[in-house]
Amino acid sequence: MTLLQVRDLTVAFPTDTDTVNAVRGMNFDVNPREVVALVGESGAGKSASAMAVVGLLPEYAAVSGSIRLHGDELVGLSDERMSQIRGKVIGTVFQDPMSALTPVYTVGDQIAEAIEIHQRDIGRRAARTRAIELLELVGISQPERRSRSFPHELSGGERQRVVIAIAIANDPDLLICDEPTTALDVTVQAQILEVLKTARDVTNAGVLIITHDLGVVAEFANRALVMYAGRPVEIAPVDELYHDRRMPYTAGLLGSVPRLDARQGARLVPIPGAPPAMAALPPGCPFEPRCPLAIDKCRDAEPALLEIAPGHSAACIRTEQVAGRSAAQIYGVSTEPAAVQQAADEPVVLRVRDLAKTYKLTKGVVFRRQVGEVRAVDGVSFELQEGRTLGIVGESGSGKSTTLHQILELTAPQSGSIEVLGTDVATLTGRTRRELRSELQVVFQDPVASLDPRLPVFDVLAEPLSANGFDKKQIDDRVAELLGTVGLRIQDASRYPAEFSGGQKQRIGIARALALQPRILALDEPVSALDVSIQAGIINLLLDLQQRFELSYLFVSHDLSVVKHLAHRVAVMYKGTIVEQGEGDQVFTNPQHEYTRRLLAAVPQPEVDRR
Amino acid sequence: MNEPVTDSNSSPATEDSSTTAKSGVDVTSFASRRTLVLRRFLRNKPAVASLVLLAVMFIGCYALPPLLPYSYSDLDFFALQQPPSAEHWFGTNSLGQDLLAQTLRGMQKSMLIGVCVAFISTVIAATVGTIAGYFGGWRDRSLMWIVDLMLVVPAFLLITIVVQRTKGDIIWMIFLLSVFSWMISSRIVRGMTMSLKEREFVVAARYMGVRDSRIIIRHIVPNVASIVIIDTALNVGIAILAETGLSYLGFGVQPPDVSLGTLIASGTPSATTFPWLFLFPAGVLVLIIFCANLVGDGLRDALDPGSRALRRKAR
Repeated sequence: MTLLQVRDLTVAFPTDTDTVNAVRGMNFDVNPREVVALVGESGAGKSASAMAVVGLLPEYAAVSGSIRLHGDELVGLSDERMSQIRGKVIGTVFQDPMSALTPVYTVGDQIAEAIEIHQRDIGRRAARTRAIELLELVGISQPERRSRSFPHELSGGERQRVVIAIAIANDPDLLICDEPTTALDVTVQAQILEVLKTARDVTNAGVLIITHDLGVVAEFANRALVMYAGRPVEIAPVDELYHDRRMPYTAGLLGSVPRLDARQGARLVPIPGAPPAMAALPPGCPFEPRCPLAIDKCRDAEPALLEIAPGHSAACIRTEQVAGRSAAQIYGVSTEPAAVQQAADEPVVLRVRDLAKTYKLTKGVVFRRQVGEVRAVDGVSFELQEGRTLGIVGESGSGKSTTLHQILELTAPQSGSIEVLGTDVATLTGRTRRELRSELQVVFQDPVASLDPRLPVFDVLAEPLSANGFDKKQIDDRVAELLGTVGLRIQDASRYPAEFSGGQKQRIGIARALALQPRILALDEPVSALDVSIQAGIINLLLDLQQRFELSYLFVSHDLSVVKHLAHRVAVMYKGTIVEQGEGDQVFTNPQHEYTRRLLAAVPQPEVDRR
Repeated sequence: MNEPVTDSNSSPATEDSSTTAKSGVDVTSFASRRTLVLRRFLRNKPAVASLVLLAVMFIGCYALPPLLPYSYSDLDFFALQQPPSAEHWFGTNSLGQDLLAQTLRGMQKSMLIGVCVAFISTVIAATVGTIAGYFGGWRDRSLMWIVDLMLVVPAFLLITIVVQRTKGDIIWMIFLLSVFSWMISSRIVRGMTMSLKEREFVVAARYMGVRDSRIIIRHIVPNVASIVIIDTALNVGIAILAETGLSYLGFGVQPPDVSLGTLIASGTPSATTFPWLFLFPAGVLVLIIFCANLVGDGLRDALDPGSRALRRKAR
């Protein structure tokens, strides 16, 4: 018997102007012990669907359709009734474990509270004992002692384990996981997926997992619903989805994922355009404007889900065109890396030797005394050659960002030396430093934070130019040229950053970095905040730009697959030191250091037979 | 968690603004920030109306008196304590002084003081706050020490004493009121600056070789502008109220000169029996402060592209 049955679910959010239809007709089932994944890009309606099931949508959201759990209707239940179901029959795991836990109570108390709320007669002592058992179950060592810790005393992975412990505390029948691993490091992510598998086995619950990571789907899920514009566009068992996807969108999504087995410089298949606005959708297939296979008939009506094989259906009228063709063929792009003969003896543009950065730990208010120090970066050395890419890989806290910013400051480091274009930064004066700045530019991770929201795009791009003494006419010309270079329209110059999608914002960030025609570009996780189909476009752009302007990239990322696509040389950082450094192919195919091996093994791959 | 509400909510805005951007743009010279802000401000009708009304009142209180048959000090012995009529639009007081002329005279003083004090104190607050917040270190410590010092000085007492010595000289009043009303706002500005300093677009500008002074003017100030502008608008009201309060108590503008404060003070005892003596100056005071606040709101919306997109709850 099915555990969860969702029929014709729609969720609409009324706004000042239009009604935004976030979910438009979802139908799916979840069986006990089954893992169902909702996959899609941001804004596709996956979170709204899942939140509708637990009844955690904001009050003004209009939900219609039917959600049945064990045959009981959930839509229209009062919040009070839902509270008795939430946490007892349905367990929930959220993305950010820090904000999911109350900072002022110990984790043991929080688990015990979850138990006591739904089992009134259990008693405090029994609840505490059960909490400790649960902590042990989710793999926290010394559970008795750790149950008395506060959330901030635990690492990110341990916090997420606690959240899972709370979710399964009352032996739920359904587990809803909303991007459970997105905020975590790769190695931790793999462990959390293991914990979730254990949790499912222990509780025999059905799992509904929401994710944008196709690798996670391949590792963990049995069945996947690919969502686009508030509807599932393809439903299939996971292995069938990866081998025989029929919807062009799914094909594009899979084609745009960077892969560990790709060659350096290999292009990805981006899906052109951006997801549609969810208010006032035009008739016809919502994917039609971005679809390479679209024909006139696609504009007539929105296709229904058509069954292709038992358990596999796709909302597309051109599915036979997708079968058996690669994403690159469908989208008509070449993924071949451009043939460039690389001379091995290119001049070195950036040389870092024994760079170290320590933070002092002090105690006391009146009499400050040093109690120790944290070595954020500890004796890091590397070289970057002209026209090449050096990828610095590491997990959070490995010191990769500190290293990057130490270089970008262009001031003498605490110890060691930094040499940019043959000049030691310790010898720079104010004027020469400003001159050198135009040769070394940076693209940040978060395109939202790195663009001043109060400046229109023209002013954003003009800023570095006017700061370096260009006149009005030159600035106008250069801005127009830059917009063209990164694939934006000249008309976009008078719009504010907030009016652009994430990928376009990152293009603006790249254009700004290119404004002064630098020779070195520092890329601080430039694609981590973007959806995969957008990410692919940015990676391709970076590859093209490098070829066109012979740029040298210093690329910092936690994502090994992205680094594989971009980097010629790779340096793996761990706890402030470089544990392994070498040519990209070498490091990835024949890792020497234990940590590199662990890192590589933990990356979830978007294919199913790897297991 | 990806909040689908905001995601999809921002898209329609993108759609229609892209069309406006297309129609409005002249490709050869890009629309700058200033024209965009102006365009957005002009779209806000209540704010524009308030600004016009404020301007009319400001000009009116200087331009109108010479055209009137009575000056504020003239006495009309044939119309004592008369309600509004065709000859005396606002009525007269017990001495036969024309209330319209007196109110206009009072507005001159009050508005001048209000605008000047608000402007000067905001400039001080923004300068001190951004410098202390952006540079930190010794600049921060010494400036905040001054702020703390100014906050513990009993300002109102000091102003009353000095103003009495200077016989209600308007320049002294502007100076004193502005010197004692910037401290709290400068603390707010400092706090916002400190968080802005860490933001990536400020870091990016630093890495692009933009000078510190320019970063403060172009990135920090516009981003704290919404609070600074609200502050200015509120300060206009507070400064006018402070001046009115001083005059009401007899420490500010001295007779025979009048301000809105002295007018309200003399009208208060007869507020129920001869309401025009109280209602007209008080109404003008309310109107000025109301308009100043509306203009402040409109400017904030125009300067901050995000502030209008804030979701209103549907129910």
